[in-house]
Amino acid sequence: MTKNNRLLERLAPWIAVLALIVIWEVTVRLFKVPPFIFPSASATAQALVTFAGPIGMHSWQTFWTTMAGFGLGVAVGLVLGFIVGSSRFLYHACYPLLVGFNAIPKVAFVPILVVWFGIGSVPAILTAFLICFFPIVVNVATGLATLEPELEDVLRVLGAKRLDVLLKVGLPRSLPYFFASLKIAITLAFVGTVVSETVASNQGIGYLMMSAGSQMRMSLVFAGLIVISAMAMVMYELFALLEKRMTGWAHRGQR
Amino acid sequence: MTAPATLDQNTVAPPGPATPFVAFDQVSLAYDDSGNAIEEISLTIEEGEFVAFVGPSGCGKSTFMKLCTGLNAPTAGSVRVDGAPVGGPLKICGMAFQSANLLPWRTTLDNVLLPLEIVKPYRSQFRKRRAEFEGWARELLATVGLAGYEDQYPWQLSGGMQQRASICRALIHRPRLLMLDEPFAALDAFTREELWCVLRDLWEAQRFTVVLVTHDLREAAFLADTVYVMSRRPGRILERRRIDFPRPRELEMTFETPFTGLVQELRSRIGTIRGS
Repeated sequence: MTKNNRLLERLAPWIAVLALIVIWEVTVRLFKVPPFIFPSASATAQALVTFAGPIGMHSWQTFWTTMAGFGLGVAVGLVLGFIVGSSRFLYHACYPLLVGFNAIPKVAFVPILVVWFGIGSVPAILTAFLICFFPIVVNVATGLATLEPELEDVLRVLGAKRLDVLLKVGLPRSLPYFFASLKIAITLAFVGTVVSETVASNQGIGYLMMSAGSQMRMSLVFAGLIVISAMAMVMYELFALLEKRMTGWAHRGQR
Repeated sequence: MTAPATLDQNTVAPPGPATPFVAFDQVSLAYDDSGNAIEEISLTIEEGEFVAFVGPSGCGKSTFMKLCTGLNAPTAGSVRVDGAPVGGPLKICGMAFQSANLLPWRTTLDNVLLPLEIVKPYRSQFRKRRAEFEGWARELLATVGLAGYEDQYPWQLSGGMQQRASICRALIHRPRLLMLDEPFAALDAFTREELWCVLRDLWEAQRFTVVLVTHDLREAAFLADTVYVMSRRPGRILERRRIDFPRPRELEMTFETPFTGLVQELRSRIGTIRGS
């Protein structure tokens, strides 16, 4: 009985995807929606196969620019989070600034980036970076800033310097926060790249969807959407797995 | 303990009977403008003495601990430990609190070893002498009944076991002064009494100085040589009471008349504090 339940739980996400596709297909057919408005699931699948070559090429472009932006975001996010989280003064000083910065729609940056760097991969990478580093900073800083005061006393009385406490306790303690933020950041990075590509690029899935849309080839637009979300899902699962591996103690602790 | 510099050797030659180990002289501390947390505390603690502080909540017992360990400096008066004025964190202190605060990503053994990675002079020798240090930790864990749990993670241990490990962590660098801030408050009654005996045996064996802050009068009377009763904020010392029950003390003693009488008397002292 329980074995069956566990199997069902494993299959649940696939069943959900399948159900969505069926509902999609049935709805389009039932209401006879014209394909230049909303293509059916089967038409989208057909587009995926027919245009596999260009889709693959543009996906690769989107993928590597996203990963570059994400990598930059992780590096900067870690360093900034460590700095902000390690001092109460900096935490209070920088937090409002970071929140303010995060509230700016990142699309607004794209024209600026185009002026500075021209059209192409660089604005896409930078947009992905700008959009994804914030959750990393916040999570790392929060993990560091919320140390138990008693534990700090235990170590301080032994003559521990601030850096000792941060390295021995703060950093390992913030790792679960850090890995949790990676999952959020990677999906945001895809958003950043695609947004930038739709406005300022002649490569990438965002560009592909934009040009396909202008030619009313909606099935290709939808194929692009599906490729993006598939890539994001795979990367998300990858980081979820990494999180479990690296910080198992944080999850097993909650019995 | 087989390791060098046992506490007994250290304590045999005090600077002289005239200099107490811990001396508070008219000490007050105010954290901010809202008034003193503790006020005009004067007392002395001998080396190897077991002292307990009891009093209503918020009476500055924890403040006393911070002053004694050098984590806070007094606003007025002077604190001397081991003959010298306290000017910063004192590494001859070990501390344990109500929550065990073990690090969940370290095994019990590694948790106990943590102070040795930080405190001088062990800090610089840690890599070289690691095997030896592990021996100390294992021995200490065995004396509190945690043999066989060294490689378990804290979240695999019960609350009482975590607290035992936390006390081991406080003792691993052989502190001469052990500070305990309500260490057993979060445990159930049976586990608590068990740990009283663990602490009693550790102290009988090593004779470090203990400052125990507690709400539990039975705990204070059972373990301590001297009980200080503190007033409500601003905390002052209302009474100093020697506990003269012979040692080693057994748990059964706490149910007999002279003991219960004493606890009742202390209780009524605190009762009148509330009333006044």
